[in-house]
Amino acid sequence: MKKIAAEIVSIALQLLIRALTAVRGIWVGGEPEDKPRIYYANHTSNGDFVLIWTSLPSEIRRKTRPVAAADYWFKSKTRRFAVEEVFNAVLIDRNAENRKEGEDPVTLMTQALQQGQSLIIFPEGKRNQTEEKLLEFRTGLYHFLHNNPGVEAIPTWIENLNRVLPKGTLLPIPLICTVTFGAPVTLGKRESKRKFLKRAHDELLKLAEMQDRGRV
Amino acid sequence: MGWDPTLWALAGWLLLALLVLTIIGELLEQVLPIGRGNRLFKNINDRIKAWWIMAILLVGALALGKGGVLVLFLFISFAALREFLSLTNTRLADSWALASAFFFVLPVQFLAVAMDWPGILSMFIPVYAFMFMPMLTALRGEPHSFLIRVAETQWSLMVSVFCVSHLPALMNLTIEGFEGRAALLILFFITVVQGSDTIQYIWGAQFGRRKVAPQLSPSKTVEGLVAGTVGAAVLAGLIFWITPFTWWQAALLGAAIFLMGFFGSLVMAAIKRDRGIREWGPLMMAQGGVTDRLDTAIFSAPIFYYLVQFFWGA
Repeated sequence: MKKIAAEIVSIALQLLIRALTAVRGIWVGGEPEDKPRIYYANHTSNGDFVLIWTSLPSEIRRKTRPVAAADYWFKSKTRRFAVEEVFNAVLIDRNAENRKEGEDPVTLMTQALQQGQSLIIFPEGKRNQTEEKLLEFRTGLYHFLHNNPGVEAIPTWIENLNRVLPKGTLLPIPLICTVTFGAPVTLGKRESKRKFLKRAHDELLKLAEMQDRGRV
Repeated sequence: MGWDPTLWALAGWLLLALLVLTIIGELLEQVLPIGRGNRLFKNINDRIKAWWIMAILLVGALALGKGGVLVLFLFISFAALREFLSLTNTRLADSWALASAFFFVLPVQFLAVAMDWPGILSMFIPVYAFMFMPMLTALRGEPHSFLIRVAETQWSLMVSVFCVSHLPALMNLTIEGFEGRAALLILFFITVVQGSDTIQYIWGAQFGRRKVAPQLSPSKTVEGLVAGTVGAAVLAGLIFWITPFTWWQAALLGAAIFLMGFFGSLVMAAIKRDRGIREWGPLMMAQGGVTDRLDTAIFSAPIFYYLVQFFWGA
């Protein structure tokens, strides 16, 4: 029963997103590949991962799980259903003190990866509501790749969704959104945390600049 | 409308003509040695593919009657408005104005077409919407590039909703001796727009020397302009029998449709250049978005509507 409901909600949601945003995924740095990867994206709206998820090819979408904050998504039953059944998210506790043994984010994410699943993360750690294009990254992405050497991180730039769902308005505004997937980034053998995070950050910003110049 | 036998005969001829064009086009591009990798043939074949989509959508809509045509153009208008507004500088403070553009102005404009309220059709956007939307924006109190944001929203509505809605509105025109057949005007209009634009393009590509506005569009030439005007007049004159016009009236209207379309699409090219994009959107394969396919029809639709209304309207 739950499975069927989740499937229906998932299809309805994708139709809605496509009707509103005509979203398309643009692969500028390689092809979509059906293997465990980690997509890291800019975060401006609560709909971000739904948009990425919709723009992925369906075989890949089925094996791709967003990493989400448990406290936000457990606030209501609807949210809980969406995040657990529809998106099959990897839920993490943002408060480190509440975490039980084996529940730290990197461990949970690694488990998913080992089951052949891909992940979507927002390394800024929170929604960006400033004028700045991209906030500084938290360190999770580095730790995850450090634990899982060789895994490809795909920079993913989401354009326009913050205008579709502006804060404080009831109705979404139909505007075209794009999701640009860049070339895979992997952690170098001796690369330091600071260096790597800066490089990953720059790669994502590059995609944003390509968008701005109308190259995509 | 509905089951008008002329309309059905025409739909049959239209599809047959497309079939012939498709075969010739593919032969030229794929089989003959001159055609391989030829950009001109490729462009023409892409056009023909888009015509198939247009013809099927239009004939399907006409078969469903006025409601079908309305829904078709409502969707086109929605898609065009979405493409247009996606490129503007609008920000958070415009969200009320934008929401009202999509969820109020657009439906009301098409309601005016559905109910056949010509006064509302021609006034609602340029008078009411143009005055009320900046008020909504002003209420949010964000002065930064206010005039630019307001103008962009108004232009989006003018181009994507006002102009587009005048195409289905052709069905509402009452012309003596042409009662119940006004849907044929849509067919006439689209045939002239598409045919003459293609003539203009081919002629310009082959013989074009002097560019009309080199900074805006490399493919628009004086030679293409002349050929398109003549071509539109001839084409319109040839199919005058589906319209209430005599052959020379049809030819003059054809030329007017082409000229508005030619310069209108130059305007659209200027907007695209300014925004640094090649195409408006992703909808139709190889041919850009809805607005790219429509740009020649956008400026000519209301002019055609009002010319016919003024000279022939009852």
